[in-house]
Amino acid sequence: MSRIAQTLRGAALMDFWGAFALGMRQFFKPKPTVNYPFEKGYVSPRFRGQHALRRYANGEERCIACKLCEAVCPAQAITIEAEPREDGSRRTTRYDIDMVKCIYCGYCQEACPVDAIVEGPNFEYATETREELYYDKAKLLENGDRWEREIARNLELDARYR
Amino acid sequence: MYDFVTQWGPVWGTVAVIGQILGFMVVLLLSLAFLLLMDRKVWAAVQMRKGPNVVGAFGLMQSFADFLKFVLKEIIVPAGADRPLFILAPLLTFALAFITWAVIPVAPGWVISDINVGILYVFAISSLGVYGIIIGGWASNSKYPFLGAMRSAAQMVSYEVSIGFVIVAILVMAGSMNLSTVVAAQGGGFWNWHVLSLDMLPWPAFAITIPLFVIFFVSALAETNRPPFDLPEAESELVAGYQVEYSSTPYLLFMIGEYLNIVLMCALMTVLFLGGWHAPLDFPPFTWIPPVFWFAIKVVFLFFMFAMVKALVPRYRYDQLMRLGWKVFLPTSLAAVALMGGFVVYANAG
Repeated sequence: MSRIAQTLRGAALMDFWGAFALGMRQFFKPKPTVNYPFEKGYVSPRFRGQHALRRYANGEERCIACKLCEAVCPAQAITIEAEPREDGSRRTTRYDIDMVKCIYCGYCQEACPVDAIVEGPNFEYATETREELYYDKAKLLENGDRWEREIARNLELDARYR
Repeated sequence: MYDFVTQWGPVWGTVAVIGQILGFMVVLLLSLAFLLLMDRKVWAAVQMRKGPNVVGAFGLMQSFADFLKFVLKEIIVPAGADRPLFILAPLLTFALAFITWAVIPVAPGWVISDINVGILYVFAISSLGVYGIIIGGWASNSKYPFLGAMRSAAQMVSYEVSIGFVIVAILVMAGSMNLSTVVAAQGGGFWNWHVLSLDMLPWPAFAITIPLFVIFFVSALAETNRPPFDLPEAESELVAGYQVEYSSTPYLLFMIGEYLNIVLMCALMTVLFLGGWHAPLDFPPFTWIPPVFWFAIKVVFLFFMFAMVKALVPRYRYDQLMRLGWKVFLPTSLAAVALMGGFVVYANAG
């Protein structure tokens, strides 16, 4: 009996009509699509995107070359060389991040005692060559200058959860 | 049909016929561009996506952008491939998809070649369509294309049989192989369309023709390798079947041929079952819309159903496909032919 019923169901395309009704209900629902290059989704203050080296308000770079980030980096993507400057303060002479190696774990910004290296909210930095993803100190400082407002705001928003 | 060659002389007549053919091809390709977009849009809407919407307003120019992309890419011929056949296969698919359209009447008298065995011609050409695929799969000299081509050939041959019987049943009912005559017999209102065929009453022909319409629709899905019968290009197993090694313009030709065949099947269903160019009700305001638009509306509606099936139905397993074709559709359509023959004989006698 159930076999006959099943055959009749199949012959009447009942399964298809059920799916069709469901499909037509979805058809006119508002689409959740975010129209990406024209509209962008919400980015959390904790988002770990492109790296940046920050400066103090007076323009002095924050990084003191403690090399904690280099030590903690699980992908060993960070290379730092440092020597004392003329005024006696300890600063980096080289601060490279290999963005190809980086796994965006955020340990570097966790390790940093002076909030110098941070991962900013920027995620749109795809390049056409691999070489452009080997960031040096100048590039990272430039990122810091460009994204300082957003980075500072995100750090402030996230501060009470740390 | 207006005969240009006898009316305008051999030279200008030939020019006029060629112009007619080229014009029809351009119209077909342009409509195909938008039908392709519609396919993607319908699919996207069912999945609550937006679909292509960047190129032009609502993405209307998407197909043309895709066309340019395909044409500008490099044509890659695999090292072990049979070069002449490899290039011939997509051309064959493309050409065969076009020449079938010669006998499809889109409006009264609007048909390129009004031959009296139109259905036979359609059937002959669509049977040749499998050659493009099997040559393509063979010439690629690679295992996945070959597997895809074999599956495709077996599938198309199986479902052609039931399509053939469905067409025979309709032929028996219409009493003519000329597609224009078949359509002309369905005028007067939607109840005279072959899918309902209430003009056959008291003989309950609709009890045969409605299942036949469904069988034709499902067989057309299988015949054109559309989901849920897209086993020849099952993405999860065969990557893209016989098209694996194709790129650039040859791939484009395959794709145009494939979609043109789908639209052709929609047109054939419109002609055989849905009354071709006839309006559903034979009085104003329905008759104000020109016949060719009624034809187009019906084709687009059927194409929409094709797209919905693609969006909704999961792929069949190969043995299920064969079971459906040989054990369900073939006996059913065969019985339908016999019954329909009986109806026609007794209806004419009494």
